[in-house]
Amino acid sequence: MNMPVLQVDVIIPNQTKYLDLIGSIGERIAKELDHYSGDKIALAYHLNLVLTEATANAIKHSKRNDPKDTVRILIHIEDRELNIKVYDHGQGFDLETVPLPDFEHPKADGMGLFFIRTFMDSVTYSKLPNSNVLEIIKYL
Amino acid sequence: MTAMNFTLEKLNNYQLFSINEERLDAHNSSALKDAILHVIEQGETQIIVQLEKVRFIDSSGLGALLSGHKNAAAKAGKLVLVSIQPQVLSMFELTRLNRVFEIYADLTEIE
Repeated sequence: MNMPVLQVDVIIPNQTKYLDLIGSIGERIAKELDHYSGDKIALAYHLNLVLTEATANAIKHSKRNDPKDTVRILIHIEDRELNIKVYDHGQGFDLETVPLPDFEHPKADGMGLFFIRTFMDSVTYSKLPNSNVLEIIKYL
Repeated sequence: MTAMNFTLEKLNNYQLFSINEERLDAHNSSALKDAILHVIEQGETQIIVQLEKVRFIDSSGLGALLSGHKNAAAKAGKLVLVSIQPQVLSMFELTRLNRVFEIYADLTEIE
């Protein structure tokens, strides 16, 4: 039985105080997935974490000095595919050059993308004409 | 400056930070990092961070605690963690930071 389509489209100011809101949306969505057969409590934490990390990353890479700058987060669930797109208006970065954390010599930064890659099935980062998009997919 | 809700008190030879936030994330972790560093710079290098109320931590929260651990260790001190919620602990395990920190179930376990 297919899951019904669910889409949430949010635009937030470029400020970290909204991370709680975005993470909480992910957590609530996980709890609404009636057909998900895995551990929903774990999925709720993972979606909270992935959305928090992806949005924090977009804020970090956005135009810091422009108070009108925004980050858009689009969550779309259809046919057992959970698709998250996080759009930023910054310079962008090369996802392929982000290394795995060195667990033997841990550093205070660089774990965010590791979490996203660990808990999700696909992560890509693309430049669009007027923005960049981090696209994350998880198969439910 | 972002506020971080915590209490700081003396407990035996330790400075005890009790975090009164449910989330430790990129919004408030730098404030915690700065507060711990401030205490270490004042010569207090034995630190406990009590995480009982924290039910969510992200990479920047882990980073703030790791920074505190490194700064304390650099001055021959230490930063230990107590009362970590299971899902938060799983983030330490995933990043193997559970091997870096001394982690205790509650304050009575710390000598």
